[in-house]
Amino acid sequence: MRPIYSNHKEKLSKLISGELSLIDNVSYFLKNIEKNNHLNTFNFVFEKEVLKQAEIIQDKIKNGTNGKLAGMVIGIKDVLSIKDKPTTCSSNTLKNFNAIYTATAVQKLIDEDAIIIGKTNCDEFAMGSSNENSAFGTVLNPNDNTRVAGGSSGGSAAAVSAGLCDAALGTDTGGSIRQPASFCGVYGLKPTYGRVSRYGLTAFASSFDSIGPFANSVNDLSIILEVISGKDEKDSTSADEPVTEYIKFDKKFEKIKIGVPKEYFGEGLDTEIETSIKNKINELREKEFEFVDITLPHTQYTIAAYYILTTAEASSNLARYDGTRFGHRTKEYRSLIDMYEKTRSEGFGKEVKRRIMLGTYVLSAGYYDAYYRKAQKVRRLIKDDFDKVFEKVDLILTPTTPTTAFLIGAKIDDPLTMYLNDIYTTSANLAGIPGINIPIGKDKNGLPIGMQLLANQFEEEKLLSTAQLINNII
Amino acid sequence: MYKEYEAIIGLEVHAQLSTETKAFCSCSTKFGKTPNSNVCPVCLGHPGVLPVLNEKVVEYSALMGLATNCNINEYSVFARKNYFYPDLPKGYQISQYKEPICSDGFLEITTANNEKKRIRIERIHIEEDAGKSIHDSGSETLVDLNRCGVPLIEIVSKPDIKSPEEASLYLQKIRQIVRYLGICDGNMEEGSLRCDANVSVRKIGEKILGTKTEIKNMNSFKNIERAINFEIERQIDLLEDGKQIDQQTLLWNADLNKSESMRSKEEADDYRYFPEPDLFPVIVDEAWIEKIKTQMPELANARCERFINQYNIPEYDARILTNEKSLADYFESGTNFTNDFKSLSNWVMVEVLGIINNEKISIKDFPISSENLTQLINFINNGTISGKIAKEVFSEMLTDNKTAEQIISEKNISQISDVSELKEIISNIFNDYPKQVKEYIDGKEKLIGFFVGKIMQQTQGKANPKLLNEILKNKLSSLKNN
Repeated sequence: MRPIYSNHKEKLSKLISGELSLIDNVSYFLKNIEKNNHLNTFNFVFEKEVLKQAEIIQDKIKNGTNGKLAGMVIGIKDVLSIKDKPTTCSSNTLKNFNAIYTATAVQKLIDEDAIIIGKTNCDEFAMGSSNENSAFGTVLNPNDNTRVAGGSSGGSAAAVSAGLCDAALGTDTGGSIRQPASFCGVYGLKPTYGRVSRYGLTAFASSFDSIGPFANSVNDLSIILEVISGKDEKDSTSADEPVTEYIKFDKKFEKIKIGVPKEYFGEGLDTEIETSIKNKINELREKEFEFVDITLPHTQYTIAAYYILTTAEASSNLARYDGTRFGHRTKEYRSLIDMYEKTRSEGFGKEVKRRIMLGTYVLSAGYYDAYYRKAQKVRRLIKDDFDKVFEKVDLILTPTTPTTAFLIGAKIDDPLTMYLNDIYTTSANLAGIPGINIPIGKDKNGLPIGMQLLANQFEEEKLLSTAQLINNII
Repeated sequence: MYKEYEAIIGLEVHAQLSTETKAFCSCSTKFGKTPNSNVCPVCLGHPGVLPVLNEKVVEYSALMGLATNCNINEYSVFARKNYFYPDLPKGYQISQYKEPICSDGFLEITTANNEKKRIRIERIHIEEDAGKSIHDSGSETLVDLNRCGVPLIEIVSKPDIKSPEEASLYLQKIRQIVRYLGICDGNMEEGSLRCDANVSVRKIGEKILGTKTEIKNMNSFKNIERAINFEIERQIDLLEDGKQIDQQTLLWNADLNKSESMRSKEEADDYRYFPEPDLFPVIVDEAWIEKIKTQMPELANARCERFINQYNIPEYDARILTNEKSLADYFESGTNFTNDFKSLSNWVMVEVLGIINNEKISIKDFPISSENLTQLINFINNGTISGKIAKEVFSEMLTDNKTAEQIISEKNISQISDVSELKEIISNIFNDYPKQVKEYIDGKEKLIGFFVGKIMQQTQGKANPKLLNEILKNKLSSLKNN
């Protein structure tokens, strides 16, 4: 039976009242995952443990000793470590690799009695915008199986969209939560860089990677964020900022002023999306929101800066997959170099190799200043753009993606076009600010359209409260 | 022809910091454990792990910077040095590149002809050690990652060093400093202090630097001198033959007493340094630096001055005693038990150092505590034993693990210093040898030696010689005058 609750708060109260059985609920999800096997959303499902887990947590609920997320069924992107479970990053390199420790964010979910149902599919090492770069196959969009779910956290987005779990964790390096959330029609939150510990998140680009939730409501995003946030002594870049109970939404913000950047409504934006967002703006303007036109002048450089800096970091982060200590090692080799070359040629997919090569190139002697250093300066300018704008406005509203979900295979051989899909999302990672995808309807093909709200660093409370307000209005 | 040339030498010294835990994880840094036992997901470079800086590492580095007159940079940045090797699990080493923790310092060496020479230090930066590849176990190469992530500082000198001897003196000075600071055990054989040399030569008077080569793998002071000497002569020979010097990295082979090419400039790695995104820059302020200054222990020069003044020993003694911190500690703890500092100094410099150097052990492993040594000295000074007997007692203390007091009482070798007892012994001898007594009275005064000999024979050498001589002379002269 399909769940009869709209968010976790409601689920928990039904579990407490006995109206809902957690075991039935988990069984339902397991069956639904089985039924939707063709979507390729899960790399691994923990069938055995979750039912046992459900019993334990059901008891805790009965005794009133349960945690905040008791009974919430969550999928975890397969780039996050869970002790003694596979952590493959959807790569052949790690296909037989089991993690030896648990990621901080995942541990925090477990500590609050969430049920981890499995590891979700993604683009290999979180590199991609379509979830077509996976050793476990392409994730299909539940809204239209001929289309991509988006990437790189495509499995997490599709699993939530298809009702295979209550929520999921994904990671967002340049839009990898918000873009698939938009394509699949669910809520997705990329928190401020440093808000959530990265310990246990297999690094793609260390200064960009953020862990965040997918869910069917702003409420659920909020409560998950509340649980996974906070300073972690195992991650020096995690922030020592107060963690709010976002779920309360009780902080009253004065009339919210929202900036609309002209650079995000130009060439390349699908007209249906543009119209849809403009209509929403008009609806909201009639309520308590003020909209102002703003400019983020360095927007045109975001994709270039993003791909230089992230590939540079990736080329170094992925050096450890060399076949020496863990992961894939080639069968026959003549020398150490030969082992490295064959192991890495066999283990990595095309897109990962492309990015390692790009990154190695931009860091090479003689090119560093022209590429890496310059891109870092651009990153600073982009951050400055946002700082200036946030002096005047509370939030920024943009489309999440220039198009709705595209057809499988449509862009896979054209990396540049593929990269442009991240055009509205990468800037938040360059600036380290939080962003959310809010589903606002569907296009004429029935494909979800997403709207992105961005806030200044550590203003998730304002971001989520406003998203909830907007939700209530539209 | 070698005299027409001068050598330009710069040293890069790696010192392993003796922190309890590794630079970026909480694994122990203990040496010599079972291979791959001091490891965790972080130093194993597992997916998703992150480095967390051990603050002690920054403190130790700053101490070294302050001890070598460096600027402590208020802003320094970790960088990744990327290269592939099996003992480097992450595929990069966390180091510092353009912005090191310390820069622009110097230290002073005293050359053989007693001249002071200043060697400038370009920078000191923090980095992590790699693991160990073990190649000599059959066909496989084994990797031990216990050392992986142990903190190092790299101390880079300016090319101010002009000879192999100066290079060795510079390194000895660095070792002295790190030991005084207690930040590194300075053990070259075990690799906790390592050194690479950059060497070039040019004709005296020339302004342009010659092509330099880098020599690695010199794991003793002797090897450093030999390797640099070898390299200088090799370069001069090449130039004299009208050949070119190739920029390259050489490995010193101590067994063959020669260097071997490791890689040429063309093969040189491109390390693709970039700022480490997992660690924020290290920011220290004036107050922090002041706090570190208060932790600065007394260094060798200051201690030497103090020894001269406080213990009233010659500069020569003080210099030798303070050269090694551990020896100076040994001497100084002994001063709590005697006021005869000069005797203590003599014993430490001659007997103690003699044995340490002979047996190539550290003062820490020397079997006689400074308190026990001082007790022995006090037994000489109060006349219990003679200096000659003391040396024998000292030898027994080395092997028997007993105190001087125990040995003296067990062997009953304390001196006879009792005047009446000595008088009685003398009377008995006079009775035994009346002929010789008569001869003495008749003027054969050198017979005094005969009586001393007989008495020593009878007392097994225990008669206090000074006292014996005095009483004997008195007795004989009184006999003579009667």
